[in-house]
Amino acid sequence: MHDAQTQPTVYHKNSLGGSDIKVEVRDVSVSYGEKQALFNVSLDIPDKSVTAFIGPSGCGKSTFLRCMNRMNDTIDGARVSGSLKIDGAEVNDRAVDPVVLRASVGMVFQKPNPFPKSIYDNVAYGPRIHGLASGRDELDAIVEQSLRKAGLWAEVSDRLQDPGTGLSGGQQQRLVIARAIAVNPEVILMDEPCSALDPIATAKIEDLIDELRENYCIIIVTHSMQQAARVSQMTAFFHMGSLIEVGPTEEIFTNPLESRTQDYITGRFG
Amino acid sequence: MTDSPRTFPVREDVERRLAKRYRAELRFRTAGLTAIGIAVAILCILIGSIASEGVPAFTAKELVLRVELDADRVDPEGDGSVASLRRGSYNRVLQDALREAFPGVTARNDLRTLFGLYTPLNATRLMDAVLDDPALVGNSYVFTMPLADDLDLYLKGRLVEDRTLPTAGRLTASTDGDIVSLRSTTADFTALAREIEQSMAAEARTLELRVEQVRLALDQVPAADAPRLQAEADRHAAAAVNLRQLARAPDGFLPLTGDVPSVIVESGGQAFRLTQLAVDGKSARGEVVLGSGLVENADDWTLYVVDTPESRRRVSDQLIIWTRSLVEREMIQTGFNTYLFANADSREPELAGIKGALYGSILTMIITMFLSVPIGVFTAVYLEEYAPKNRVTDFIEVNINNLAAVPSIVFGLLGLAVFINFFGLPRSAPLVGGLVLSLMTLPTVIIATRAALKAVPPSIRQAALGVGASKTQAVFHHVLPLAAPGILTGSIIGLAQALGETAPLLMIGMVAFIADAPSLGLAGFTEPATVMPVQIFLWSDGAERAFEARTAAAILILLALMIGFNAVAIYLRRRFERRW
Repeated sequence: MHDAQTQPTVYHKNSLGGSDIKVEVRDVSVSYGEKQALFNVSLDIPDKSVTAFIGPSGCGKSTFLRCMNRMNDTIDGARVSGSLKIDGAEVNDRAVDPVVLRASVGMVFQKPNPFPKSIYDNVAYGPRIHGLASGRDELDAIVEQSLRKAGLWAEVSDRLQDPGTGLSGGQQQRLVIARAIAVNPEVILMDEPCSALDPIATAKIEDLIDELRENYCIIIVTHSMQQAARVSQMTAFFHMGSLIEVGPTEEIFTNPLESRTQDYITGRFG
Repeated sequence: MTDSPRTFPVREDVERRLAKRYRAELRFRTAGLTAIGIAVAILCILIGSIASEGVPAFTAKELVLRVELDADRVDPEGDGSVASLRRGSYNRVLQDALREAFPGVTARNDLRTLFGLYTPLNATRLMDAVLDDPALVGNSYVFTMPLADDLDLYLKGRLVEDRTLPTAGRLTASTDGDIVSLRSTTADFTALAREIEQSMAAEARTLELRVEQVRLALDQVPAADAPRLQAEADRHAAAAVNLRQLARAPDGFLPLTGDVPSVIVESGGQAFRLTQLAVDGKSARGEVVLGSGLVENADDWTLYVVDTPESRRRVSDQLIIWTRSLVEREMIQTGFNTYLFANADSREPELAGIKGALYGSILTMIITMFLSVPIGVFTAVYLEEYAPKNRVTDFIEVNINNLAAVPSIVFGLLGLAVFINFFGLPRSAPLVGGLVLSLMTLPTVIIATRAALKAVPPSIRQAALGVGASKTQAVFHHVLPLAAPGILTGSIIGLAQALGETAPLLMIGMVAFIADAPSLGLAGFTEPATVMPVQIFLWSDGAERAFEARTAAAILILLALMIGFNAVAIYLRRRFERRW
């Protein structure tokens, strides 16, 4: 058996940094068919902060992220076990409707994926299907507010009816963030949101993440150690499907308790 | 820095390989271009041959007659009621009009031939005209009807080989009983006489060769067959001797039999059919077909030759002469062949049209479209987006793919067994045709739709699910609209295929001869009908030569429909295509 399974997760002393716990994860395992992708992950994620998941490719961090809004349900043969509570409510409960869950746990994907519709319709889609706006004016307000929060309003306010796919990559990603914000989620999941963007667009997204932190619990998967260091308050290091170490970002980067974390951060593998 | 342009140093073996690579590329491009060239050429030949065959069928030679709708002819009861008008003898009206046009034709046989200018079915059309407007009774009325199919072909130059020879002399004609003697001041008949002589000699030679062959064969056949062969040889030999005898023209005249070209002399509304041609080329004998038979020194006369012998064509010299006379008198006009579009099928080619088949096709396609497209699309959506991937769905998928490759006639058999025999639906009905074609089209639609759904990037589904859309919302708000162009294209191609399908419809009785077009309403779905490709199939089998052109014309119309269908498909695809 692989040692990742047996080794307990290493917690830093003040891992919560004093914030409220938003997500409480206990013994979550995921397998796709015969293959187990995630082994007994237990973790607390604080509210109103940015938590970064780092680790080499295939370490299970994206899989874990997808547990939070039950996106693994959409994959055939995926099985999730363990307990994952958001604000004390069990996510993996059969009674929980993933549709309702996903309205409060927004997600931003690796590649910008705006709908091939107008900018306005992209942002308005979520509020429309959830019935969040009772009139045209209210919907307009939600769209404007979301685009403002995503820092895109100034750039697109005069062409809301243009197709969202016509924007640049960085703008598209911010549009997608606006779309996620529009349904008023509590948690925003970001799966490598900057990997398809150039450095300038990346910087903008990072600034945006920093601003959004004030209102949302943000969980970000990233391959870039610098990005994790720049935007996150908490960092969790995954390896071979296991959570190796979790703690305040500064401590993980300056004083990791695990040698594997040290090796990964210093670029000796991964 | 040097003045000469810098070249990259290339190793010799690399250079050789490069040259080989370029040669390979050139070969491939040439092969591709050749293939395209051949394909285009074959397509052009195909379309060209169909078009050259079919285009003449789009025009019709029509006989314009002023008919007298006497009350005692068309209104036997005299009360002007519909029942009475229906019992009128409209064919007699048409016959009277033709007799008036050719007052010289009186003999029973000749009259029967004369009435062959049109088909009696036109009497029904005249009746319909009168029923439409009873005020016509007692008046004269200009009635237009299509010329008999063979004469139509004759006038379009597609039935016989003919020519008009130049004449220089003045023509004089005199009658002696039934025989008319013609004389020209110059030897205008000489060239013709030589030709006839030669053709008679050639015919005799053919017969003699035949005799020789039979005699040679005599030794090898069983004794029982010998007398029959001997008789045949003797008959041919006698015919050859007779021909040679005639060709020598003992009385100075060559006979014009039904086996040599026909010669017709026309002058000032008169027409003579020559039976003998003087060897000196100055005079001829014949019979009067039109006119009195007296001509005095006319310099305006025509020597018209029909090279196809009378025995080898379907129109007699008499009919040709009358037809030419009608053309001369402008009683025959060339118009757009409205009969081809306004009529359903008919035994008479000149009245046969595609309306019935077109309506049948439309009704059948309506059924096919409203069944196969929704069922196919939703089947595909379920299989692609909802169904779990297991053995059952795999089995279903394999079977759908196989169904697309099943010969269409099998669907026809199924339709016959299930829809007609089991459910008792009417035979030959567009309803059943549409059901059968739906079965055939379903796999195409399902496969095309699945391919279109697969082509929608998964990121769109994830995006929709990510903002909290349900699976159904994700599919119907985002995936289906994006797949729509592909679904439309696939469906229209499937429907176009169904539109051109013949075999399965043969099985359910849509191959019958149906002289009435189905109504374009709800009732039409259960009325007997046929469809375009079946109509083409039926016409291609028609005995009359005129059906050949109509077959090609119907193919052209069907091709136009197909091109229209595909144009719509392309337009819709362009219109709805969105990029992401």
